[in-house]
Amino acid sequence: MPAVTREGVANLATLARLELTEQELDHLAPQLESILGHVSTIAQVAADDIAPMTHALPLTNVTREDAVTECLGTAAALHAAPVAQNDRFQVPQILGEDA
Amino acid sequence: MNAKATPISASDSEASNPPKPQRPSGELTHLGAAQLSELLQQGAVSATDVVTAHLRRIDAVEPQVHAFLHVDHAGALAQAREIDDRRASGEQLHPLAGVPLALKDVFTQRGVPTTAGSKILEGWRPPYDATVVQNLRQAGVIILGKTNLDEFAMGSSTENSAYGPTHNPWDLTRVPGGSGGGSAAALAAFEAPLAIGTDTGGSIRQPAAVTATVGVKPTYGTVSRYGLIACASSLDQGGPCGRSVLDTALLHEVMAGYDHHDSTSIPTPIPPVVQAARGADVAGMRIGVVKQLTGTGYQPGVLQRFVEAVALLEQLGAQVSEVDCPHFPYGLAAYYLIQPSEVSSNLARYDGMRYGLRVDDEEGRSAEQVMARTRGRGFGPEVKRRIMLGTYALSHGYYEAYYGKALKVRTLIAQDFAAAFEQVDVVVSPTAPTTAFPIGEKVDDPLAMYLNDVATIPVNLAGLPGMSVPMGLAPEDNLPVGLQIVAPALADDRLYRVGAAVEHALQQRWGAPLLDQIPPLSAAPPAPAPTAEEDPQ
Repeated sequence: MPAVTREGVANLATLARLELTEQELDHLAPQLESILGHVSTIAQVAADDIAPMTHALPLTNVTREDAVTECLGTAAALHAAPVAQNDRFQVPQILGEDA
Repeated sequence: MNAKATPISASDSEASNPPKPQRPSGELTHLGAAQLSELLQQGAVSATDVVTAHLRRIDAVEPQVHAFLHVDHAGALAQAREIDDRRASGEQLHPLAGVPLALKDVFTQRGVPTTAGSKILEGWRPPYDATVVQNLRQAGVIILGKTNLDEFAMGSSTENSAYGPTHNPWDLTRVPGGSGGGSAAALAAFEAPLAIGTDTGGSIRQPAAVTATVGVKPTYGTVSRYGLIACASSLDQGGPCGRSVLDTALLHEVMAGYDHHDSTSIPTPIPPVVQAARGADVAGMRIGVVKQLTGTGYQPGVLQRFVEAVALLEQLGAQVSEVDCPHFPYGLAAYYLIQPSEVSSNLARYDGMRYGLRVDDEEGRSAEQVMARTRGRGFGPEVKRRIMLGTYALSHGYYEAYYGKALKVRTLIAQDFAAAFEQVDVVVSPTAPTTAFPIGEKVDDPLAMYLNDVATIPVNLAGLPGMSVPMGLAPEDNLPVGLQIVAPALADDRLYRVGAAVEHALQQRWGAPLLDQIPPLSAAPPAPAPTAEEDPQ
């Protein structure tokens, strides 16, 4: 297992859209390394010929009746919005970012 | 009947209706759901009496226990009055109508604050009811409030709640287990006769074990997840908690059932759990002791009570043998890859855009910056740790080595169970390796905390039903120990047969339920149950 570096943790945090403090970065690197060290033991038994199991149930392509039913109204949907305007969620700028 | 009709008050029925059954002399809060159900149906008590008694108990002990994040005094009393009116008008109600319940704060309840124990959802009032909540309403079960939990149901001690820990009523310096520590503590502190939890890796069973209550994780797919705030979707399952096996079965029947809103819901009848709990017969049953779930890492007193419980089952006529599940020692490792992977994906929805917390939304900040800040501020340490683990396990280059391999181990664990169930009808083990540990002991040691779930996790990975039922107090610390029972998928009724048999036999030995030995909370004793005239607001 590769070492979990502070820079690696910072990169993961960016991928996860999670702003971490300097202190959190210091803490998380050794913690993740210790947890990943433990979970790596699965390599001892997870042989290539074993089928993966993503789910306990064999259900596939579950659909329900294509019926028109009542849905959440605009007011209810926007009720908890941090910011709303003109019956819409208002969000910070998403276009033209210099990321 | 109109809403202003005089409700049947308990004092009236006691004074003027001698043939009616007398209200029990003890506290209403010490009665179980089955007993309350009988008294309510006979008219010996009103739902208002029952709910008022529990709200008073909550008010008296919450400063010490902190089992609830929100107590819905007004809503619960309004529901109680409605039930009383309907019963008085002669309407045939569900047997549990008027029985109160504590709901883990991870189910949406329309208009009632729902936080999942997280600051990121502080103040959120959901616009819809979870299916489980609808099922409770349908039966007339009254929701007293929302119980504390580890943030987004991740943890084994309820210390990860953003709103402070819950204290174990057996010893207030110790944890009540987790993530559903609030629901278990509410039962053990007699704040509610029934509670609902969710179990992703043991969050119903382990809290039940360390509080001497009963908790069941039903077969995956039999209780709707619609309106259950997701932790790890392929593992999460809501389930019933009570102070007796029968009470737990009565709630199981109300909660479970097919729901087209949940694409993983199984269209199949609920197993006859209540009948099984009443039967309580294990004669001729084949019971397997999982070789890998005893020994090293288990507290001596836990093992002692487990050996005694197994001997008891043998005395009751069960055939006990050992079963070998060689891949169980890898269950914890597989779980701590699969669960965080699903979490990192599920919790992406908390982006501060449509509901919940949004911070630093100032001119010039991009959506991405606002999301990262909101999530950094809104999530607690354990949730961040799991999101990071999951992001790592799913990232390019590591996916096969971690998540992919964990899914293979999941197959191996399901195969171990399948092989065991060719030889036996149920398997048993201790629910948790230790009794309740002191608050603060493991908060900075995530791996030590994760080891609490070593016996419960394989059950979630395989999607099976599991129960924890009290099996005594560990001699070294006088704290409760739970017996875990696991059955094949859709054979949940077997849990109740075995659990009720153990419960009956042990209570005969003890002369009373184990919870009767709980030290009294130091708060003033709860006030006598009120009469309907007092009608608190």
